Amino acid sequence: MNTQRPGTAAASAPASGWAIELEKINKRFGAVHANKDIDLKVARGTIHGIVGENGAGKSTLMSILYGFYTADSGTIRVNGAPHAITDSRHALALGIGMVHQHFMLVDNFSVLENIILGVEDSGFIKPSLDRARKELDRLEAEYDLEVDPDAIIEDISVGQQQRVEILKALYRGAETLILDEPTGVLTPKEADDLFRVLETLRAQGKTVILITHKLREIMAITDTVSVMRQGEMVATLKTAETSPEQLAELMVGRRVLLRVDKTAANPGQTLLEVQNLVVNDDMGVTRVKGVSFSIRAGEIVGIAGVSGNGQSELLEAISGMRDQKAGQVLLKGTALSLEGDDGAARARAAGLAHVPEDRQRMGLVTSFSEWENAILGYQNSPQYGSGPFLDIGAAKKAAAEHIKLFDVRPANINLKTSLFSGGNQQKIVLAREMERDPDVLVIGQPTRGVDIGAIEFIHNEIIKMRDEGKAILLVSVELDEIRALADRILVMFDGSIVGEADPATATEGELGLMMAGIGKKEAAE
Amino acid sequence: MDLATILSILDATIRLSTPLLLACLAGLYSERAGIFDIGLEGKMLAAAFAAGAVAAVSGSAWLGLLAGMAVSLSTTLLQGAAAITLKGNQLIAGVAINMLAAGMTTFLGQTWFSQGGRTPPLAPGGRFEPITLPFANELAGVPIIGPIYYELISGHYILVYIAFLMVAVTAFVLYRTRFGLRLRAVGENPKAVDTAGISVVKQRYQAIIITGLLCGLAGAYFSIAQGSGFGNNMTAGKGYIALAALIFAKWKPVPAMFTCLLFGFLDALQIRLQGASLAGIEIPVQAIQALPYVLTVVLLAGFIGKAVGPKAGGVPYTKER
Repeated sequence: MNTQRPGTAAASAPASGWAIELEKINKRFGAVHANKDIDLKVARGTIHGIVGENGAGKSTLMSILYGFYTADSGTIRVNGAPHAITDSRHALALGIGMVHQHFMLVDNFSVLENIILGVEDSGFIKPSLDRARKELDRLEAEYDLEVDPDAIIEDISVGQQQRVEILKALYRGAETLILDEPTGVLTPKEADDLFRVLETLRAQGKTVILITHKLREIMAITDTVSVMRQGEMVATLKTAETSPEQLAELMVGRRVLLRVDKTAANPGQTLLEVQNLVVNDDMGVTRVKGVSFSIRAGEIVGIAGVSGNGQSELLEAISGMRDQKAGQVLLKGTALSLEGDDGAARARAAGLAHVPEDRQRMGLVTSFSEWENAILGYQNSPQYGSGPFLDIGAAKKAAAEHIKLFDVRPANINLKTSLFSGGNQQKIVLAREMERDPDVLVIGQPTRGVDIGAIEFIHNEIIKMRDEGKAILLVSVELDEIRALADRILVMFDGSIVGEADPATATEGELGLMMAGIGKKEAAE
Repeated sequence: MDLATILSILDATIRLSTPLLLACLAGLYSERAGIFDIGLEGKMLAAAFAAGAVAAVSGSAWLGLLAGMAVSLSTTLLQGAAAITLKGNQLIAGVAINMLAAGMTTFLGQTWFSQGGRTPPLAPGGRFEPITLPFANELAGVPIIGPIYYELISGHYILVYIAFLMVAVTAFVLYRTRFGLRLRAVGENPKAVDTAGISVVKQRYQAIIITGLLCGLAGAYFSIAQGSGFGNNMTAGKGYIALAALIFAKWKPVPAMFTCLLFGFLDALQIRLQGASLAGIEIPVQAIQALPYVLTVVLLAGFIGKAVGPKAGGVPYTKER
């Protein structure tokens, strides 16, 4: 396979000319070299994809183009002319608009107020609001971007909010539109709508730069694609001449196992037993309605289901974060006492480790440094100190080992956890929970928002734990993930286990019907 | 209770609400821009001292007012440098201002005037005089409307009229102008403002400059309008009550006015009730004086529910991750 250097795929200038040319862009954040000598050319009137793992430097590069960060060195040319883009206003004036991953909208403002913010025509806002309302009508008709101009941002859906962001850029006269991970927050239907809008934009002669780590999107909509890896631009290719496999390999720098290699399970004694568990949510609604199952040593049990069918509450109850209404959880035949505020601590002490679904809210304190997070939940363990005192040396040593074992990047235990990418944050949580050698690992959404390379690594670690004779409960909304990892699949619907399936034989259609609440027997009929 | 008594209490309500209202609006500009300002008290105190001192020396109330505003403004900029440019903790910057003002006013007052920290009593021109509005005297005889116009509306210091005018001005600025739009945005989501190509730092400084000027008016009111000369700790916690009023009013100008009037009314009632007796036993003055403060706590704790302030409030803006 030929790995082309940047520019070789589309080296000759296109008929429409280059909208954007970047040359030798460098940017550092402290110790992190986020962009290294980046070259990138984007032809006018095309959709250009930029792929790369989390933390590869895609967002940083685009923030530089948009003037939100200033590059340490390098040249930016817009429509052939060099510009030193010093701030966002400058980028806007050059016709570059950006839709950020986290929307830059004021939540309690109306759509119109958000549209005119920063480009008001005069000291009083009334004329600007009127002009924006007219202009919005025109843009809506032209690009099929419908949105209520008087709606308050916090009242409208995420998909609508994204439209406001696109309208904002168009209102400012954007000729080149940068979208940073635009589909991460969208439902599949909203994503389809977005792609239609992008196609319309291209048809109207606008240039679109699409940042994503989803290869499916790249293949579906882009004309050309650039691949970034660890702050470097590794290739630029014509989308029609590449394949998801090639892109995946370029992204991680080696051949990727898109499937998980694992041997057949060799289950031993029962380690975790859940009996008639009933759990209420914060509103007092019963979300888990008498669930029973057991997991044996050396076995992965996957819970499949459409999100919101009680999986979260089940996980939280088993791990001691949420009180149960009835039933019990037995670990190696002994009932766990999970009630009260220290339920989670007792569960951990008994040998039940938990990787929560939402790593940023429940798994980490993101303002803490890496080493502090590496001992969180185990800070009272004799390994990390005695009495009221922490043995910081021991904690840092353990953290450094975790980083090495789990290939966390950057390998810096003193770095604030919020500065790590999603995949690396997840590795930090996994390392903490797995390295304590628990008997049972309860793990929710192990690879949500995690890039391909890290997904592969995390899957292998989970399989490794199983092969060491641990019992693993896996909850994921990714059906592919459940099918790849689990030895047995339980399907949860409306708070109950509605069926069990063998991942080797169950078809996607069969599981899908069960997830929709239609039993296995009925599904077979 | 007859009309005269009611009017007298309401008249006192307006007089006592005025500094609260000015300080509350001052806080509104700062807090809507995302800078929590617990230093209102200190800035008022510093302004009250400067106004009292300059008015005493120069004999001009207007020069006193200018001095008060100038001192309040420079104090605000000091606080802003700590909280905005240096990205310090906003609460601590405000507390520092309060402590600085409490110490410096007494120290400088004693050094310059040797009257135990007080400034000398003001000559007639050194103090603002009540303004009699047109036709007040002529209408005074008309039943009901006459006394209301003469007692309640007319006969206040110019700062009183400015304070109430500022409510309308603030509401207009906040919701109808480019400046107001950006001010509100910077307090809710500074990153959105930054990506729109507007300087967050500049916008926040503009907001606190207004805060400084309004605190100057509020402070001057104590020493050269309501009082005649500066006395130690003259503002007596009014800055904190103004802050409470701001929260109670959910950071909105018109509700802020009504809240300040309510607190002013409690204060007026308190003065009126001194010496009153209940079931034959005279109520201790201290208990009555504490009434407005007690009610502040009760109102804040019980009546507003969850007060959600500007989302970005209290957090210094940093651009890098």
